[in-house]
Amino acid sequence: MILLYLILILLTGGVLAAITAKWSRLLPRIISLAALTVDLILLIFIYAGRETSGNSGWWIDYRMNWIPTFGISLHLAIDGLSMLLLALTFFLGLVSVLISWKEIHEKTGFFHFNILMILAGISGVFLSMDLFLFYFFWELMLVPMYFLISIWGHENRIYASYKFFIYTQASGLLMFLSILALYFIHGRSTGIYTFDYQQLLGTSMSASVAYILMLGFLAAFLVKLPVVPLHNWLPDAHTEAPTAGSVILAGLLLKTGAYGLLRFVLPLFPGASVSFAPIGMLLGVIGILYGAKLAFSQTDLKRLVAYTSVSHMGFVILGVYAFNEIAFQGVIMQIIAHAISTGALFILVGQLYERVHTRDITKMGGLWKKIPVMGALGLIFSMASLGLPGLGNFIAEFFILTGTFKASILMTSLASAGLVAATIYALRIVQKVFLGKENTEWNIHDLSIREKFISGSLAIIIVYLGLFPQKIIDTVKPVVPKTLNSIEHLLFVDSMDSNIKDLRTTHMFTGMIKNPDMKIITKRRISLK
Amino acid sequence: MTRADFLCLTPFMIIAGAPILLMLVIAFTRNYRVIYGFSLLAFIIAFFSIFFLLPVIPHTIAPLFVFDGFSLLFFGIIIITSLFITILSNRYLLYQESDKEEYFIILFTAALGSLILSAASNFVTLFLGLETLSISLYVLIAYRRSQGNSIEAGVKYLILASVSSAFLLFGMGLIYADTGSLEFSGIAKIVESSDQFAPLLLGGFSMMVVGIGFKLALVPFHMWTPDVYQGAPVPVTTFIATVSKGAVMAVLLRFFYAIQGFRNHNFILMITVIAILSMLIGNLLAIRQQNIKRILAYSSIANMGYLLVTLLMGNKEGLHAAVFYVISYMITTLGAFSVITLLSSRDMFADQLEDYKGLFWKRPFVAIVFTLALLSLAGIPITTGFMAKFYIVFEGINSGLWILVISLIINSVIGLYYYLRVITTLFSPPNDINFPSISPAGHLVLGIVATGILFLGIFPEGIVHLIAQFPGF
Repeated sequence: MILLYLILILLTGGVLAAITAKWSRLLPRIISLAALTVDLILLIFIYAGRETSGNSGWWIDYRMNWIPTFGISLHLAIDGLSMLLLALTFFLGLVSVLISWKEIHEKTGFFHFNILMILAGISGVFLSMDLFLFYFFWELMLVPMYFLISIWGHENRIYASYKFFIYTQASGLLMFLSILALYFIHGRSTGIYTFDYQQLLGTSMSASVAYILMLGFLAAFLVKLPVVPLHNWLPDAHTEAPTAGSVILAGLLLKTGAYGLLRFVLPLFPGASVSFAPIGMLLGVIGILYGAKLAFSQTDLKRLVAYTSVSHMGFVILGVYAFNEIAFQGVIMQIIAHAISTGALFILVGQLYERVHTRDITKMGGLWKKIPVMGALGLIFSMASLGLPGLGNFIAEFFILTGTFKASILMTSLASAGLVAATIYALRIVQKVFLGKENTEWNIHDLSIREKFISGSLAIIIVYLGLFPQKIIDTVKPVVPKTLNSIEHLLFVDSMDSNIKDLRTTHMFTGMIKNPDMKIITKRRISLK
Repeated sequence: MTRADFLCLTPFMIIAGAPILLMLVIAFTRNYRVIYGFSLLAFIIAFFSIFFLLPVIPHTIAPLFVFDGFSLLFFGIIIITSLFITILSNRYLLYQESDKEEYFIILFTAALGSLILSAASNFVTLFLGLETLSISLYVLIAYRRSQGNSIEAGVKYLILASVSSAFLLFGMGLIYADTGSLEFSGIAKIVESSDQFAPLLLGGFSMMVVGIGFKLALVPFHMWTPDVYQGAPVPVTTFIATVSKGAVMAVLLRFFYAIQGFRNHNFILMITVIAILSMLIGNLLAIRQQNIKRILAYSSIANMGYLLVTLLMGNKEGLHAAVFYVISYMITTLGAFSVITLLSSRDMFADQLEDYKGLFWKRPFVAIVFTLALLSLAGIPITTGFMAKFYIVFEGINSGLWILVISLIINSVIGLYYYLRVITTLFSPPNDINFPSISPAGHLVLGIVATGILFLGIFPEGIVHLIAQFPGF
């Protein structure tokens, strides 16, 4: 029940914020902060009182009938992965409310209504254990996000909001088709018609059907993530959105794609995922390199940061398809670290824009002398973005690359080149904005206390993640077998299989080796070539 | 006539008796308030009379009518929608200088035609109902006689609808010539026994498809829709879009499921093509429109295309999906048109997209209702439109209608674009148009409709369960 409250608190908070805006501009902000704080506290209680024993690793498992005629239930559950992502959601929610304090003057009620609705949708996505419910929340977050971009965005906001909505909606519908097909396949083979996640796990179907259904899910998740050929909506949406919108987009919305891969695609379609792995990893590498290249060539600072997301999310998909624990841990770490560091960079851009009224980096320069605190924070977050040891992103990318190395050496080497590219664009931000020659006589002031508080706490978190990642690793650890067991089992059986031809196609490309004992066999097969 | 027969005909008698009484009253005195109040009362009484039918259903008045859960549900929504349309018409009629009272008489006869359609089980009642409805609509559409485009719309509808009625009648004649029966069940017996239709039968059915296609505004018989939607008084447009379409759909479902048309490859082909064309052309033509009524007209074409998918499912679940979709579509469309009606004033018919700029900042409540209606048409969660589309896609996949389902999905995305356009307009910076104030009754209608849209979208179980108790035909 407490899980339902988490969502309901946000929904009621949103409605209250919209209503109270009539009387005061301040009230919606306070209500939003209160709702998010309460949620965060509830989450801490859930974490403190968790019982990992039994119940297949779920801390709380709540279930209620919703539309029994179709086998749809209100099924919410939480485990380490959901917990971390929810914490991230509420925290970034608080940050978005705080940074909008001065930026949003008009229609504050409706603004905070939308923010809380998006957060409610995202929390729902992270908690749903029923595929219909999951899709319901998945779609629920679109409309308020659309409003956020199209009402409070920058010049080209209408175009960007359409693009965002249509991309995500179209891909979401493909996933919906897959969900329905899965429902019927499961229903026909077992006689139980249900959308329940745990029951749909292990549905038996032919390999080709599984592959097609998986593609439906992938369409939704890869667009959200985004993966390179489908990333087109992202730079526009991120650039045109108000700062709070960009933070939520980069910090949370993209993560729902990663979450979907881990929670749904791998466990539901283990076999199909294994055969998709080479393509998945390749897409990841392309994303890393292409995103970095595009980031480097931008002059609009916000667009630049947006493209770094494409690059960083490449690591996520690369790690997901490495199918081992260390890469999995890296993916989670990357999700969190990227949310914090990129969110912080977007906030920085927003703060700069408030002061110099441009996002064009060719017009900036030499700002360090004027605004040293902002410069220092900017340096920290740029360093985080390039993966400097001691900061969260380093741990994440290091884990992912270590994990991927076991799966495919070629892909790992290519992906590592992305780190060099990241260094180039990250240093470019610092160089062009804060160092170098002063182009214009700016008359600007440094960060206010509120702004220092926001960016400072983000900086502390990113350092903490870099120095003490063990807490996160421990929280996620019980989730790993749920996600990877079926696949590891499959890889093992696959390698044992005498069907060499089939093995070659899947394993030669990635050089995928899972079980140490199998190493020799696989190697010999490669040498057969 | 038995007691049960009599009981079943009560709603008809109330709705048919009301206009006669109204005429008598008008003969003595023209008191608009009285007439309006009386009309509301008659619809309310008619609505509650439905509950007295519940114990006797299913009941057949051979060979003309059948009263089952399906008919009663349609009775209910037809009467309720008509009631709302009466309320909406009130303010609109006040702009009319003279002859306001007769409007309600014709509204009643139109509602009567719709009721007959939803209980028809025979070509005779089908045609009678359809003609009662159509002839009433000719008058209603051209009711604003001083307006040029109202007359244009009226004449257009008159000509096309009579041609389509002629087609329908001719088709029925041919079918009768071949099967020797006017009853749906009688025709069904002949059709079931032959997969290959006799030329006479095939010709008859094709003619009927043309006739019904006109009434439902399916492609390629859709040309009249945008002009009529635009030209007719908004409450009348609301009636055409909701009650009239719903009733025709009801009789089509009953007929098609009775003759099991989904088993015949001729029908499958015809319906698949018409459905896909309606979805595609309706949505594509809506994209560039600047007039909100025209947008909704094209959107209705597409929606009827989605509904046709349910015809081919061929099981009772498909029928349930259809009923749910009709209900949800009627509520949603009622919501959208209520907003347009309530915002129109004597000198401005709020039908240009531009008029709606920034409505949200001027009239938040009205804009929220409009947004909900549009989101529901687009099929976004928490609205009933989402559940309705879900139901169709769900049953479509269940019946293996992959082409139609995928076409529906693609079209939903196309449709999204123009619904978003309207929504964007609602939330853009405001213009300086002053909309008339809205009466409490108007607010009530909007409130009820918005609640309906949300309620069916979040808690559909109640109504789904109710519908699921219907047997197939």
